[in-house]
Amino acid sequence: MTLTDNLGRGDRSRQAFLSRSTLLTSLVLIVGMLAVLIFNALPDSNALHVSGATVALLGKYFTYMLLALAVDLIWGYLGILSLGHGAFFALGGYAMGLYLNAQTSPLPGWQSIMSYFPVAALAILLAPGLLALVFGWLAFRSRVTGVYFSIITQALTFALMLAFNRNEMGLGGSTGLTRFYELLGFSLSGEGMTVALFVASGMAVLLAFWLCRAITVSRLGRVSMATRDAEARVRFIGYRVDHVKLALFVVSAMIAGVAGALYVPQVGIINPSTFAPLFSIEVVVWVALGGRATLYGALLGALVVNYLKTVLTGAMPDAWLFILGGLFVLVTMLLPQGIAGVISQWRGKRRDHEGGRDRQEQQDRQEKQEASA
Amino acid sequence: MTPNSSAGGRSLGRLIIECLLLCLLLLWVAVLARPAAAAPAEPKTLLEALDTNSFQAKGDAAQAIADSDIEQKTRWLQALLDGRLGKERRGERFYIITDDSGREWPIIDAITLEDAGTGTRRTVDVFKINNDLRTRLEGLLASLSLSAGDEASRLSAASRLIGEVTADSADSVRKMRDQEKSESVRGQLDVALALFDVQQGDADALETLRGNLDTRVRNTLTPIAAGESALAAEAQSVLGGIESKRTWYDRAQTLFFGLSAGSILVLAAIGLAITFGVMGVINMAHGELIMIGAYTTWMIQQALPGQPGLALALAIPGGFLVAGAFGVVIERTVIRFLKGRPLETLLATFGLSLVLQQLVRSVFSPLNRRVASPDWLQGAWQINEALSLTLNRLAVLLFCLVVFAGLWALMRYTRLGLEVRAVTQNRAMARAMGVRASRVDMLTFGLGAGVAGLAGVALSQLTNVGPNLGQSYIVDSFLVVVFGGVGNLWGTLVAGMSLGVINQVLQPWVGAVLAKIIVLVGVILFIQKRPQGIFAPKGRIS
Repeated sequence: MTLTDNLGRGDRSRQAFLSRSTLLTSLVLIVGMLAVLIFNALPDSNALHVSGATVALLGKYFTYMLLALAVDLIWGYLGILSLGHGAFFALGGYAMGLYLNAQTSPLPGWQSIMSYFPVAALAILLAPGLLALVFGWLAFRSRVTGVYFSIITQALTFALMLAFNRNEMGLGGSTGLTRFYELLGFSLSGEGMTVALFVASGMAVLLAFWLCRAITVSRLGRVSMATRDAEARVRFIGYRVDHVKLALFVVSAMIAGVAGALYVPQVGIINPSTFAPLFSIEVVVWVALGGRATLYGALLGALVVNYLKTVLTGAMPDAWLFILGGLFVLVTMLLPQGIAGVISQWRGKRRDHEGGRDRQEQQDRQEKQEASA
Repeated sequence: MTPNSSAGGRSLGRLIIECLLLCLLLLWVAVLARPAAAAPAEPKTLLEALDTNSFQAKGDAAQAIADSDIEQKTRWLQALLDGRLGKERRGERFYIITDDSGREWPIIDAITLEDAGTGTRRTVDVFKINNDLRTRLEGLLASLSLSAGDEASRLSAASRLIGEVTADSADSVRKMRDQEKSESVRGQLDVALALFDVQQGDADALETLRGNLDTRVRNTLTPIAAGESALAAEAQSVLGGIESKRTWYDRAQTLFFGLSAGSILVLAAIGLAITFGVMGVINMAHGELIMIGAYTTWMIQQALPGQPGLALALAIPGGFLVAGAFGVVIERTVIRFLKGRPLETLLATFGLSLVLQQLVRSVFSPLNRRVASPDWLQGAWQINEALSLTLNRLAVLLFCLVVFAGLWALMRYTRLGLEVRAVTQNRAMARAMGVRASRVDMLTFGLGAGVAGLAGVALSQLTNVGPNLGQSYIVDSFLVVVFGGVGNLWGTLVAGMSLGVINQVLQPWVGAVLAKIIVLVGVILFIQKRPQGIFAPKGRIS
């Protein structure tokens, strides 16, 4: 009940696609990207120069943000917690990895078709999409929900990790796919490619953000949020809850797949450890820290946690797991709405001082809360 | 010319006859001389006979040594078999090399058995043997130890003889069999002799071999059964009998391994069945509580060096208490505040699991630790040739059943169990009846954590203990609980055991990893078909 009410706070911004938070987030993303590009173009001697390594790192963060968006779409707006989204990410990554490998030497068997970029691009979307379709269809049809769904998604990614570790899969076994040299005919090693991939990832984040935004303000998004809050009621009204869930789940898996595909050329390797349950659950904590059910929160959370990770694993590697673990505990106990929750609370308070309409609204909400409790 | 020549021819004939007679005489002397030489048996002469390039002659010499009554003969033959018997290259002494690992070998005099300093490849000429000779030597050694020593060594010697009886040794083995008093040794000798007889074409001897599970019997019979003769047909039927008996025992073995693997799953999952099933709390740190139990065992063992048995006995309550204490602390500090929010609980406890893992890495080390097993848990219980149960796995299986029975009795017959069930079924009503629900939560969680600690104690006897120990069980444990039906201890038992057995049955066909994948996917599909698990909770609880 409390969850419903707290998440209901976003109601106002849900009215239209072009809300203030959407505009602001898009603006921050675009300005940020342009700033990085400009500072990168500055000569090395300049104090504001952003090095190629930093651009590459930011490009990687973008792919993580994309993955966080995918998780937030289904966890925040549909209420299903997937502990296996790393699997979709990795599938997209493997599709891209195969394509990149095919550029240097022809692949054996069925894999040879992956040397064409359109086929590879299709595979990046279809491999995670189809897996999500089949898995989701089975799960949602038999109304596997809540914790059970989380556990079986975790089992799924675990099973895939074991499978991809097998050399018989023809996908490099435990080493995974590596030795990438060319993408679309351009060398992967130059700084130009780093910048291009950074821009591509940034654009992907922007587009996915708009897509998720469009979905959540649409009719589909409203039904999905209703499903999250009272699944039985939505079903009784006559909506096919399983179809709604399936649609969002598949879209989310595809976004994760694209994230994986953009991730692989930037880090130069994809191996079965991406399927590890730990990675998938880490993604969840990005979203939880940023604030679920707010798309910008997911982006923020992914950025903050990964920045912390980069800094801390370098400075004090032993402490990183303490901090990550501590984040899990503290965020769930003290910041159930994440950073976004803190921001909106702070904004709410300021508006309360301005008085008027908002205070009235808050009172209404309180009454509702009392009634439901 | 003619008489001369005839006289010459006669003398030539006589010469030939004389020569032949001489040869015969010499031969006779030689024949006479052989047993005569064997009787006093000058050790040096016996050893000198080995100094030849003919393996046949070497074999005869070895036979002569075995037939003599020199004290050192077993030692010599063993050394010869191991390639550690040799002759001084420039001299007449014979040596046994006591250790041939280095470049300089410590040697002893073969006859006096006194220390003779060291030798090298250059100073000692080692007697070489080939495969035929090796077989012959093994047979000789086996029959030597048959005629001496206690029953155990005679039994092992007799069992070594199976498939090694040759035409040379058959008679002596037969003699020994008739003198043998021990029933079991005689049985082994019978098998050895019957196998030899079958090889010689005796179909009656096959009866003795019927149902014998020894691999060597099977290996010897297989080529015999391949023919077309009546003997082959008979051998085939015996072989068929052996095969079917073996298959049966193989199945029993697979079942045992499956139950043993299943018992580990049950031990790991049953604590979870309590916290998840009864309290509805997802404890992702459950695996780390198992790890804590295992580390407790290790620490107690470090504190009591040289007494692994006592340490293990102390670790059972120790692991339970330490892990249980951790559980109570986790419940009081974190889980209590997340009541009714299962997904948040999942995340928070996952964070705790990361912290605990890193804690163990920082305090102990990221390296795996080996926990010693007491003597009585090592080795195997050899039921027969085809079926042997490893003792530590058997112990874990029994331990699992004891823990399960204890837990079940606790839930069924004690005040705490009653209160736990009451809180599970209707929290508000239980509280209205005076049950302190929050205390029950704490104790239940502590109990689940304590059982995880017990699982860790058991696991420490099977694998090495490391910071990642818990992680490898968490996915499996959750699946077992969900598969069995949440809130149902029996379901957990059945689910764990059946998953263990299914995994073990699949393994020979598809390999360990694929078997695991198949089981995982199977359970995923099963849960989607039947989300309530094998045993659905009764009534309106869900």
